[in-house]
Amino acid sequence: MKGLRKIALNAAGLLVFAIAVFPVLWMVSTAFKPNTEIFSTTPKPLPAHPTLEHFDLVLNGGIAEVPFWAYLRNSALLALGTVLVSSLLALLAATAVARFRFRFRTTFLIMLLVVQMVPIEALVIPLFLDLKRLNMLDSLAGLLVVYIAFAVPFAIWMLRGFVAAVPRDLEDAAAIDGAGPVRTFFTVLLPLVAPGLVATSIFSFITAWNEFIFAFTFLDDQDKYTLPIMLQFFFGRSGNAWGPIMAASTLLTLPVIAFFLLVQRRMVAGLTAGAVKG
Amino acid sequence: MIDTAPAVRKAPGRKAPSGRARRPRRRRTGRRHGPYLLIAPTVVVIAVLMFWPVVQLGIMSFQKVGNRQLRGEPAENVGTANFEAILGDPFFWQTLRQTVLFAIVAVSATLVLGTLTGLLLNRLGRRMSRFVAGGVMVAWATPPVTAAIIFSWLFGTTGGLVNWFLDLLPDALVGGGWSDFNWFASPLPTYTVLTVCVVWQSCPFVAVSVLAGLKSLPGELYEAARVDGAGPWRAFWKITFPLLKPIFMVLVVMSVIWDFKVFTQLFIMAGMANRDAFNLSLYAYSEAFGSLNPKLGMGSAIALVLTAILLVVTAVYVRVMVRQGETE
Repeated sequence: MKGLRKIALNAAGLLVFAIAVFPVLWMVSTAFKPNTEIFSTTPKPLPAHPTLEHFDLVLNGGIAEVPFWAYLRNSALLALGTVLVSSLLALLAATAVARFRFRFRTTFLIMLLVVQMVPIEALVIPLFLDLKRLNMLDSLAGLLVVYIAFAVPFAIWMLRGFVAAVPRDLEDAAAIDGAGPVRTFFTVLLPLVAPGLVATSIFSFITAWNEFIFAFTFLDDQDKYTLPIMLQFFFGRSGNAWGPIMAASTLLTLPVIAFFLLVQRRMVAGLTAGAVKG
Repeated sequence: MIDTAPAVRKAPGRKAPSGRARRPRRRRTGRRHGPYLLIAPTVVVIAVLMFWPVVQLGIMSFQKVGNRQLRGEPAENVGTANFEAILGDPFFWQTLRQTVLFAIVAVSATLVLGTLTGLLLNRLGRRMSRFVAGGVMVAWATPPVTAAIIFSWLFGTTGGLVNWFLDLLPDALVGGGWSDFNWFASPLPTYTVLTVCVVWQSCPFVAVSVLAGLKSLPGELYEAARVDGAGPWRAFWKITFPLLKPIFMVLVVMSVIWDFKVFTQLFIMAGMANRDAFNLSLYAYSEAFGSLNPKLGMGSAIALVLTAILLVVTAVYVRVMVRQGETE
């Protein structure tokens, strides 16, 4: 009876696993299939004659005139810029809320909560006009500023738990040994918060990497497109070229999944740490 | 908010709840200005890029902002004309209805399936649990653009896996002629695909949060319940649910907010030409940017309605979080 139940549970587990990963596997599998197999009337889970032709087309600019690398560079620049600036801002603010009691502290925390809930889809109209006025439309810099604002609130929220977890006595000890606040920060706090910082960074990275509506609205010049925009552009124009579309999707998706799996446990801890403290 | 030093000086009597912050330190000025300097950059960024745009959105919803304004002419005040126009338009109510219905269906499905997955993960052995959780994360990590495109492909007409599968099933069960069925030709099938796609992506977050909550519960409670003869159904509603209620509250509110404003997936699946399938955020966007005659004021008015609805939901969220001591 007990053994039977265990088997049933594990079978259910495998089923959930299969449902969760199947669409992504189907994407990767389609990307490697030759066209005859993609449009076959009897689809097979794996490519019988795997081919790299779709990847070749995507990487060498066969699908959207501009080579894939240009879009990759734009996306990577934006994501890295977002990570650097938002992590720095988040680290400073998280230190403030985790280490100090000050007036407006609660206000600040509530503001962070509210801001995370603002529908950014609604802000695209005013921000479009603002950036237009500043002549920053159609530039990666304009997008970068916007992405930072979107990434920072969550980054602070997540990071403050990590900062709070560093024992205060360590900092006090460093202060007694004569280290100034800046030195204490860099030699004591920073190394200990580093794992949390990595997790937060990856989250910021994903925010920028996946973002669609702002890049779609602000960017005009095809050279400046990011990967999601390139993908949408191509999908909209040649909706039935599933091989190259899936190859491009694979190239966009796999880095994110890799990063995500890397930090999932920490990220979840950060997300729910407060909610379960009872 | 940058020059906050006077505010601190004016409140000498305020006692920090934790004695730790009051420990004698040598860096007096650092302590006084420190936290404000540390949050200042964030406050500036959020004020300029999030609060100010919301204000602008409010102002613009009472204005006419079109091509002429885009060329630099000042905006024309039109009073409440934008709101009168949208509230009197049956199409607005159609998009609102679609937005709300989608949110109800998607949130319910996400929470039920996500919770079941969380409960399952909690019952599995350690290795198996990790393995399944890892797989579930893949769905979470997939970028919305890719997810929408993958599901468009799965539900596609030529070579689409779902139509192929439905055609294999006996006609008595699902009807025939699936192979040419276009899922994106009318709103209901489009929203069906959208729901599957969004639920697939948002279940993992619920599952993992529920799992984290379950791990924090004492096992003795369940032991006692089992001794008293309670089955799993009763144990869930009498023990798990009440204890994890705060988590469920947060998950419901967050899911409502996410599903209410879903944009990218619907944009990819339905596009801007397929007006019948619009939800509020797509409608706002298409008014503002969708044609050669952009109506940014009108788009702002619709976006403001969306924002107002979500702010009410957010207020519930903030209340729950404050009650749970999250802002301590």
